[in-house]
Amino acid sequence: MTEQKSAGWVCAVDTSTDICVGLANRDGWHGSWRIDDRRSHSEQLQPLINTACAEQGITLMDVERHVVGVGPGPFTGLRVGIVTSRTLAALGDGFPKTVRVPKGVCSLDVLALQWVLGDTAPQGRFVVASDARRKELYWAQYDASGQRIGRPQVSAPTSLPELPLIGSGADLYPEVLGDRIAVGPRRLDAGVMAAHIDDLQDAGSEPLYLRQPDASVATTRKSTLVRRRLSARRP
Amino acid sequence: MTAEPLILGIESSCDETGVGIVRGHTLLANEVASSVEEHVRFGGVVPEVASRAHLEAMVPALQRACETAQVDLGELDGIAVTAGPGLMGALVVGLASAKALASHLDKPLYGLNHLAGHVAVDLLEHGPLPTPCVALLVSGGHTSLLLVNDIATDIVQIGSTIDDAAGEAFDKVARVLGLPYPGGPVIDRAAQNGDPTAIRFPRGLTARHDLARHRFDFSFSGLKTAVARWVEQREADGDEVPVNDVAASFQEAVCDVLTAKAVDACQEYGVQHMLIGGGVAANSRLRTLLAERTAAIGVELRRPRPGLCTDNGAMMAALGAEVVRSGGRPSRLTIGADSGLPVSTILV
Ligand SMILES: [Zn+2]
Repeated sequence: MTEQKSAGWVCAVDTSTDICVGLANRDGWHGSWRIDDRRSHSEQLQPLINTACAEQGITLMDVERHVVGVGPGPFTGLRVGIVTSRTLAALGDGFPKTVRVPKGVCSLDVLALQWVLGDTAPQGRFVVASDARRKELYWAQYDASGQRIGRPQVSAPTSLPELPLIGSGADLYPEVLGDRIAVGPRRLDAGVMAAHIDDLQDAGSEPLYLRQPDASVATTRKSTLVRRRLSARRP
Repeated sequence: MTAEPLILGIESSCDETGVGIVRGHTLLANEVASSVEEHVRFGGVVPEVASRAHLEAMVPALQRACETAQVDLGELDGIAVTAGPGLMGALVVGLASAKALASHLDKPLYGLNHLAGHVAVDLLEHGPLPTPCVALLVSGGHTSLLLVNDIATDIVQIGSTIDDAAGEAFDKVARVLGLPYPGGPVIDRAAQNGDPTAIRFPRGLTARHDLARHRFDFSFSGLKTAVARWVEQREADGDEVPVNDVAASFQEAVCDVLTAKAVDACQEYGVQHMLIGGGVAANSRLRTLLAERTAAIGVELRRPRPGLCTDNGAMMAALGAEVVRSGGRPSRLTIGADSGLPVSTILV
C-alpha cells in the first residue's frame, strides 16, 4: 500500500450556515458530512472533519488540497471554517517555510453548482439566497450554467431580482418572495464542493463579510454636567 | 510525563493574536500581532474588529513562531489554547486554529484559562513559582486578585472588579482629558509631570461598609465619573484643565487601591510572594508603589517583563507545559470557548 499513486484527496469545509464537511478523491468518489447547527461551529467542525477522514481511512496528512466557503454568512461561524481550513492547508509540505492556502469559494456558488448538476436544472437566470439575519438576505444572481453574475449582496428580501430562488434563505420570506421560490437545493453539499473544486470560481480566501463591523467612531463624550453647562451658556 | 514539555500556545481572547512555543520554562518563540491600531478611532476594543484581525493574523503568527523556534512540530507534546475568559468571537478563532493543529499533527489539545496564563508566563523569566502566591492581574480586560496554590491545578479568585477593568478606566479618563487611546501609557507619561496629591479622587470599595463585602474587590466606575465631573466642572467654570495633575491624581487613586488590596491579600493569606501581570503591570507608578509596599511587609514581588505581561501565546504555552507536567488530561476536541470562564477552571 505504500507505493500507491496519490489519491488526490480534497477536503471541503463550509460554515457559512450549518457545519458542512466534504471529501473527494481522484477516483471521482465524494462524500458529505453535516451537522445542522448554526451556533456550535467552533465545537463541532473539527471533530466532524476528523470523523469524515476516519470513515475514509485517511488522515489529514493525506489531504492534498483544501477548499473553504468564504461566505457570505454570519461572521463568527464563518471565521471558524476559514481559520480551520487555512490552518490545515498551511501545515502541508514545506511548512513553515511555505504556507499553502485553501481555495476560497463563495458559499452561494456551491448551491448554484448543485442545482446545475442536479436532475431539475434551472431553465434560465436564478438567485441563491441565505439568511443574513436582521430581516435581510445574502444573495447572488446566476446564469443558467451556474456562473455568478456580479458580486454577492446583502439586502432586504424586497430588493431581490424577480428570478427563481433557491438556497437556505429561499423559504424565509414567503410573504414577499412566495411567487419565486423554486424547487432546488436548500442545503450546501460540501462533497460537491470538494469534487468540483476546479469548477468553482476562486473567490479568494478572505471572508465575504458584506457588512461593516458594528461600531461607532468615538467623537464627543457624554457630559455629566449637561444642565450646568447649558445654564452657563445662557446669555 | 516529560519534565520539559514542548508546547505550542495560542492566544486570541482580546486584541492580540499570539502564538508562542516553549520547552518547559524555556521560551523558544513568542509572536504577537496586535490590532490595537484598528481600535484607536473607536476609543476601545471593538469585538468584531478584533475578531476579523485575529483571522488575518493567525496563520502568519503561527508560521513566524514555528520559523523562530526551529522545532519539528512532530515533537510537540501538546497544543495549548485560551478557551476563556475573553471576547467570544475572538476566542473561537484561536480555538478553531488550535483544534486544526492538534488534529493535523495528532497531538493533545489543552483548552486553558487565560488568567492562569498571565500567572504562568512568569515561569519563563523567573523559574519555578513559589506557592502559595498572590497574583494581581490588571489590564484593559481584567482586574483580578488571585490566590495561586498550584499553577496547574489550584487557583482561587479572591477578588475582581465589580464594574470596569482598571485598563478601561485609563482609556476612559484619557478620553476625558483629550489624550489618545490606549490610555495607559499616555496617562503614565502625563502623570510624570503632574502632582498626584493635587486632587483627592475616590478610592473605590475602600470604605468600611464596602470592605465587609468587597474587601478584595475593585470598582473603577465611580472614579472614572469623578474625574469626568471634575474636568467638566473646570471647563464649565472657564478654567484650564491641569491635565498632568488630573492624570497623576487619577493614576494615584488607581494604583493606591490596587496595591493596598493586593498587600492586604498577602497578609490575610499569609503569603510571601506576589506576582503582577496584565498590560497595566507596565504602569510605572503601580510598579513603584507595589515595590515599596511589598518590601515594607517582606513580600517578594515578581513581575514578568512588559512584553510578557500583555496578552501573548507564550503565556498559554507556559501554562500548557505546567499542565502537561502535572499530568493534566487533554481537552476534548468538542470544547467550546467560554467568555466568562472562572479562573478556578484552569484546564477545560
Ligand atoms: Zn489578558
